[in-house]
Amino acid sequence: MNTSVKIAGVKFKNPVMTGSGTFGSGMEYGEFVDLNKLGAVVTKGVANVPWPGNPTPRIAEVYGGMLNAIGLQNPGIDVFMERDIPFLQQYDTKVIVNVCGKSIADYVEVVEKLADKPVDMLEINVSCPNVKEGAIAFGQKKEALEEITAEIKKHAKQPIIMKLSPNVTDIGEMAKAAEAAGADAISLINTLTGMKIDIHRRKFALANKTGGMSGPAIKPIAVRMVYQAAHAVNIPIIGMGGICNGEDAIEFMMAGATAVSVGAANFFDPYSTEKVIAGIEEYMTKYGVEDINELIGAVS
Amino acid sequence: MTKKKVTAKVLSQKKIGPDIYDLWMSTELAETARPGQFVCVYPKDKSALLGRPISICEVIPTESMMRLVYRKVGKGTSEFATLNTGDTVELLGNLGNGFPADLAKGKKVFLIGGGVGIPPMVQLAKTIQGEKQIIVGYRNSETFLDKDLDRRGELYIATEDGSLGTKGNVMDAIRENKLTADMIFACGPMPMLRAIKKYAEEAGIPAYISLEEHMACGIGACLGCVVKTTKKDPHSHVNNTRICTEGPVFEAQEVEI
Repeated sequence: MNTSVKIAGVKFKNPVMTGSGTFGSGMEYGEFVDLNKLGAVVTKGVANVPWPGNPTPRIAEVYGGMLNAIGLQNPGIDVFMERDIPFLQQYDTKVIVNVCGKSIADYVEVVEKLADKPVDMLEINVSCPNVKEGAIAFGQKKEALEEITAEIKKHAKQPIIMKLSPNVTDIGEMAKAAEAAGADAISLINTLTGMKIDIHRRKFALANKTGGMSGPAIKPIAVRMVYQAAHAVNIPIIGMGGICNGEDAIEFMMAGATAVSVGAANFFDPYSTEKVIAGIEEYMTKYGVEDINELIGAVS
Repeated sequence: MTKKKVTAKVLSQKKIGPDIYDLWMSTELAETARPGQFVCVYPKDKSALLGRPISICEVIPTESMMRLVYRKVGKGTSEFATLNTGDTVELLGNLGNGFPADLAKGKKVFLIGGGVGIPPMVQLAKTIQGEKQIIVGYRNSETFLDKDLDRRGELYIATEDGSLGTKGNVMDAIRENKLTADMIFACGPMPMLRAIKKYAEEAGIPAYISLEEHMACGIGACLGCVVKTTKKDPHSHVNNTRICTEGPVFEAQEVEI
């Protein structure tokens, strides 16, 4: 059976990746899963300089999911290149670096530093709802998304994936904007902006007041948006949002995703990525699917 | 010392205080647990997905027995409170660094616990040999684990309502009994830990305090459970370190609480 998929000329042994921010750079999960088995590790977002992130509490549980407002805490690109890239190089998996910034120049600085590094693709985070400057500001207006995509495309040596926000009126329009500006692929969905109030203490559950919702509760929204994006553009899509098992992954692929990312499920169960891969293979065996590519957009 | 997610078997559970439950389980994690480490306990109810971080109260490594003493506060712990002998429960452990019990060798120590911060003091008191003064604070005379601690050192009790021991908090008990120490180990609510940090600074002695924070993964990936630190830590390169991984125990002067 063939489980490999191709995105922008990069071949992945299987379509299972990790949702940025849920897997670090893989170090913490190496104790639980064999990183060699993953299609790709998508790293936690990295900026040109270290970011301290938001005050705590940064995490709150909600029904069937969770809210986070980490605020993209990261050690900066220099530490990342010294520590995380060599770590990932030891494994037989593709490396996708998630890039964040406050200004286009910030993103470009990171992208340029990664130009000659053993990185397979770049995922551009224009959709984090938890930081005040940058990130989502570029992902909620068509013109801003086009501008940043085009500018990064000019400097990037690796193919770029624009990670889109679900907190928009028309996901198809945003997907088209990314494609028109030269994106090689898109990934969606990032988290949905949510809020939780602790009624006993009359306080917001998160110090940031709002946070990004993830987990199985958001899956139907994510599947719908992947489907809409798939019908709006011709570039490949990496689908994510609440994937916990192989069946969830297949659902995203049938909606039009070429690959999928396991995100919050890593938090609930550190073995999730391997379980999703095994579940996909089980499905393929059960239905006699020879090539996983025949599942992409199978329901249209 | 690898971390694992395992299925533990419930040996017994009883209520030992107001909403306080005493759970003994059979699990291989007991064989390697250090005092002050914690486990994440997973609800079976799949609408509540995150593991609940609970400190390890006591272990009997040779029998693979682990004891958790926790307060029923929400959806997850309410479910745990219904666990009966023979039931299974999913655990992720052992997590965190634990108390540096070795440093207590030859020292006169305070073991201080407040409320549900008391449980980890049981295993710590079992581990540390030598002169131990154990100071515990409760809301009222409905105490728990005091008998377990009494046989491991000199026990001093403080209650908020004064119904037992010193009226007030653990610091009041230390003052009232004119206690002194070379080193402090503590776990409890933030106001208590802040008071201990100040006390230790004034006394010029080290204090190892165990912190808690909402966390998603428990293994250092989500960066949810950070605490501000005085120095840049080698993982984050910002003044925010992970309670689940570099902690939960920190020397008090290293953290800004």
